[in-house]
Amino acid sequence: MSRTILEVSGLSMRFGGLLAVNGVGLNVKEKQVVSMIGPNGAGKTTVFNCLTGFYQPSSGSIRLNGEAIEGLPGHKIARKGVVRTFQNVRLFKDMTAVENLLIAQHRHLNTSYLAGLFKTPSFRRSEREAMDFAGYWLEKVNLVDFANREAGTLAYGQQRRLEIARCMMTRPSILMLDEPAAGLNPRETEDLKELIGVLRDEHNVTVLLIEHDMKLVMSISDHIYVINQGTPLADGTPDDIRNNPDVIKAYLGEA
Amino acid sequence: MSTAITKNLKSAIFSALLVLIISYPVLGLKLSTVGISLRVEGATAFELWCIGGAATLIFLWQLLRDRLTPAWAKLPKLPSGSGEIGNFLTLPSTQRWIILAMVMVALVWPFFASRGSVDIATLILIYVMLGLGLNIVVGLAGLLDLGYVGFYAVGAYSYAILAHYFGLGFWLCLPLAGMMAALFGFLLGFPVLRLRGDYLAIVTLGFGEIIRILLRNLTELTGGPNGLSIANENKPTLFGLSFERRVPADMPTFHGYFEIAYNSQYKVIFLYLIALLLVLLTLFLVNRLLRMPIGRAWEALREDEIACRALGLNPTVIKLSAFTIGASLAGFAGSFFAARQGLVTPESFTFIESAMILAIVVLGGMGSQLGVILAAIVMVMLQEMRELSEYRMLIFGLVMIFMMIWRPQGLLPMQRPHLELKR
Repeated sequence: MSRTILEVSGLSMRFGGLLAVNGVGLNVKEKQVVSMIGPNGAGKTTVFNCLTGFYQPSSGSIRLNGEAIEGLPGHKIARKGVVRTFQNVRLFKDMTAVENLLIAQHRHLNTSYLAGLFKTPSFRRSEREAMDFAGYWLEKVNLVDFANREAGTLAYGQQRRLEIARCMMTRPSILMLDEPAAGLNPRETEDLKELIGVLRDEHNVTVLLIEHDMKLVMSISDHIYVINQGTPLADGTPDDIRNNPDVIKAYLGEA
Repeated sequence: MSTAITKNLKSAIFSALLVLIISYPVLGLKLSTVGISLRVEGATAFELWCIGGAATLIFLWQLLRDRLTPAWAKLPKLPSGSGEIGNFLTLPSTQRWIILAMVMVALVWPFFASRGSVDIATLILIYVMLGLGLNIVVGLAGLLDLGYVGFYAVGAYSYAILAHYFGLGFWLCLPLAGMMAALFGFLLGFPVLRLRGDYLAIVTLGFGEIIRILLRNLTELTGGPNGLSIANENKPTLFGLSFERRVPADMPTFHGYFEIAYNSQYKVIFLYLIALLLVLLTLFLVNRLLRMPIGRAWEALREDEIACRALGLNPTVIKLSAFTIGASLAGFAGSFFAARQGLVTPESFTFIESAMILAIVVLGGMGSQLGVILAAIVMVMLQEMRELSEYRMLIFGLVMIFMMIWRPQGLLPMQRPHLELKR
């Protein structure tokens, strides 16, 4: 059995009188695809926001490789290798696709002022390597022909893929995808599934997924958590979930 | 149809009345001093006719607007509105050539120009520098800073204090003033940069005023409202040669060294050339920054702060760097301003200066460097039009309104230097 990379227990998030997330626990193993499903408004995205530091959870613990990360600011958590995409695509729309990818590498670049002002060889090399790395991933997500187009002008499915590529620029260990298949056609969803598989198998990335497309979720997940009204309802392998009467009642519906 | 006419009639009467109400006191009444009292002079018949005529014109225009607008639309469009020329002018490569040509002209021109115009050009260059500095903060990083003049003041006073109390020269004080302003930018930026938009604007506005009021009230250090003057021996020198007429006996002077007669024109041209040098350095700096990771990060942050955080960029550090670099440029400009004036007083650093610099940035087109240069020229010229000084603010307002209508994105909006993936 592989190592646990992310361990969440008793996670709660309270907004005033509303308990949006109540006692959610996750146990994510390395190189797995773990999905979170549940009805709209169940608190899935709130869990994501707590995990990535956009919200300070009201209680509970989040451990990344055994290290407590709850309450850290978002950029620090991202630097520890936990990056996410957003439900509504958040690209830098006025910048080209390749520039979007360069920004995500900011931390890995030569950001010394003097080096940049005088274009030292090390600065040039760092910029060139960043460009090559961006090119490599554009190739991977099949966007290399659109590298110099402004991100806002790309088709929706392309924007989704670009956002994933942008996350990969930060060399993450956990990639959190918030409804990546929303708004994609069946073909694009199929490509996405393949891409997620490649990320896991070739790039050693653990993927945490929120998704409503059950076909996608059931076919790629190693483990599924079901959340209903902020509380955990069930968890298990896709087969367990598919046959769990509570889940069918609350979310999947009778076939 | 008839309802449209009545609707137009109402707005026409209202507009005509508005013209009367506003223009009569502005143009029709004059205050003149007679001895120690004021006398109100009424308007001449001619002025009254003009006001009446203007009101009638507005009345007719508002009434017939719907019919005139289609006719107006048929007229050929201004080329600047949209089209090849405008597009061409805003390309980064074109801008670079234009700037290069302007630099050549700017280098040669002062030797043939009058003293007064070189002096105004120096002032323009100061505003170009300020505009370019604020452009980093507002145009690139998207932080609305209304207290920019505070850093300008810090720069000016740093030089004045160092020169006054420690007898340091300009060239030593220039970097010190820049560093001092940067330090202030860093310290002030730290607590306020977690604020956004309007809140940031108000807090920075407050900081600008606090700095000015502090300078006015720290009388022992800053001389209070009287300000500090800078002795001739501490003014800018050319490798130690002074351009002043009266200096201490042991100090070499420019005219003495070259054995020519003293001429105050030399000093004016010299100051102009220093300003030009500073502006060129600033331009170089801004151009490099734009193409560095930090410049890209500023723009990314302006577009989407949440996405930046999710990618591991620290927003506070990035904003702080923009704020600090912008402040240090204001500091350089401030110390040069002090050198040119020979005297700094708190009244040079009022809010209206901040507004002027911000207007230059917005008028020029946020983020665009050539735009800032053009706008600085326009704004300083407007300010220096002595014949029209009474109507300056009126013209100012008109320019702003026309800009909003015709070019809301600024004179020459920025086109970013895109990085390309080469294959």
